[in-house]
Amino acid sequence: MIGRAHVYSRPHINTDEIIPARYLNVHAEAELAKHAMEDIDSEFVSKVQPGDFVVVGEDFGCGSSREHAVWALRGARVAGVLAGSFARIFYRNAINNGFLAIECLGLSEATSSGDQLEVDLASGVIINHTTGATHRFSPIPDFAREMMQAGGLLKSVEKKLKATGSPGS
Amino acid sequence: MSQTITEKILARHSGHDRVRANDLVNAQIDLIMCHDVTTPPAISMLKSIGVHRVFDPTRIVVTPDHFVPNKDIQSALLAKILRAWVEEQGIEHYYEIGRHGICHALLPEMGHILPGTTVIGADSHSTTYGAFGCFSTGIGSTDLAAALATGELWFKVPASMKIIADGLIPHGVFAKDIILEVIRQIGVDGARYMAMEWCGSTIDSLSMESRMTLTNMAVEAGAKSGIIAADETTRRYLAEKPHSKNRAFDAVQSDADAHYDQVVHIQVDQLEPMVALPHLPSNGVGISRVVKDSVVLDQAYIGSCTNARIEDLRVAAQVLKGRHVARSCRTMVVPATTSIYNQALREGLFEIFTDAGCAISTPTCGACLGGYMGVLAEGERCISTTNRNFVGRMGHPKSEVFLASPATVAASAIEGKIADPRKYLETP
Repeated sequence: MIGRAHVYSRPHINTDEIIPARYLNVHAEAELAKHAMEDIDSEFVSKVQPGDFVVVGEDFGCGSSREHAVWALRGARVAGVLAGSFARIFYRNAINNGFLAIECLGLSEATSSGDQLEVDLASGVIINHTTGATHRFSPIPDFAREMMQAGGLLKSVEKKLKATGSPGS
Repeated sequence: MSQTITEKILARHSGHDRVRANDLVNAQIDLIMCHDVTTPPAISMLKSIGVHRVFDPTRIVVTPDHFVPNKDIQSALLAKILRAWVEEQGIEHYYEIGRHGICHALLPEMGHILPGTTVIGADSHSTTYGAFGCFSTGIGSTDLAAALATGELWFKVPASMKIIADGLIPHGVFAKDIILEVIRQIGVDGARYMAMEWCGSTIDSLSMESRMTLTNMAVEAGAKSGIIAADETTRRYLAEKPHSKNRAFDAVQSDADAHYDQVVHIQVDQLEPMVALPHLPSNGVGISRVVKDSVVLDQAYIGSCTNARIEDLRVAAQVLKGRHVARSCRTMVVPATTSIYNQALREGLFEIFTDAGCAISTPTCGACLGGYMGVLAEGERCISTTNRNFVGRMGHPKSEVFLASPATVAASAIEGKIADPRKYLETP
């Protein structure tokens, strides 16, 4: 996967900045996408292009449990978030949605907005084609990789319920 | 081999004799909390995968709280979707406007939260319920949909951090000051992915209401859960609540030699009232330093799942009785639940608040997350009993939120600038 970087290296970017609560009265991704990252960068939505990466510092997505944060970024056609580290609910929500969330300590400091990044999932590296640098990222845990490959938690629940012939379905 | 209370609860709910930190488990869920913002997306998801019945309607508790009474047409639709779904699924534990409340205050006071259980809520402050010795954590809407469909959910067993709080609580210091001090010490990601387990003589002496203030803000240190083992105080509280009074429960305890990744000691008798400065809950500073800066305020807010229970309102009333809030500092009091509202009314607290010039509203999460009923304009400053002071949390990205206890917020409302509550509180 190749895309441009949008870098916000400050730690503790919280879900209120990713998608402010004033927009939580809807949950359609296309609507949420119009306000993605609005309180940290009001121009983000006009700059982002399909397949781009959001590159951030540590503890990204702290704060509320709103999955709207993941949906807003996905709705804005962001290919994934490359963070120093993630707050747990955001990370969980990303995995459950099959949305790419990669932990790569120090990447945001070594990357500039506009850099061309290539994420190679198989070899576990991020290549910066603008600077030539290569960054090894923390391996995605097996269960998270499986969940992402299965298309997210909902898909795996659907499969499981079909297999067991659950009375709920 | 020894286990923490969190490991024991997760082991028992996942069919294991024992589990260790970082194990992946699929745990049975005893109770699911649903509210108006995060549940409607889960309802759509359930429909999309053809699930027409929830796993067990008796184990689901629903209250609209974030944007009710409806703030606008779109949030009216969310509340309507929630209500229709409750009827369709035959969910008995639904708290409509007039009986509703902020979920994290409402579920405990109705007796829905029992020790030894697993609880999830599609809201980050679901850590609150851990004050009752249960494993409880906040999840997103997809997790919610999965749990509503199957009654179980995947978890990585969290490592535990033990926080030992000892000493008598000084005059003018409250549970809020203790948690702000702990977050100041360990940082907003100091307990990331961990269970924050509280113990010590101070914790033993705290009411359930105060314990909930501690576990409520576990997520502000990045924790997965907060937990306090059930004791006599817990039993007495549960014996009086409608849904718990006749129910048996399993008061699980940590083994004496259980493993903790980190142990934090806090000597409470050294504390003074704390204020967390913008824009992180970890920016706690002792009140004696903050007052020197003469921080002028536009709004004071007493509300939220952190600090709007009856004992919080009593303390605020004690400070405000016979006094008046500053003309330049509009002040709101928002009791967390309908029954707290009714009790405050009966106790005469409302008269004290209105005489002091405060506005009182029906329960809502509203202003805490910048939704409505107290949103801040650009450049405005608010001192608040809530739990987050992130950029834009209560309104404009260029507004500022200061977090403090109800006593400190009430004292600050009187002076129109951040003030030390101790001079307004009677010495015991």
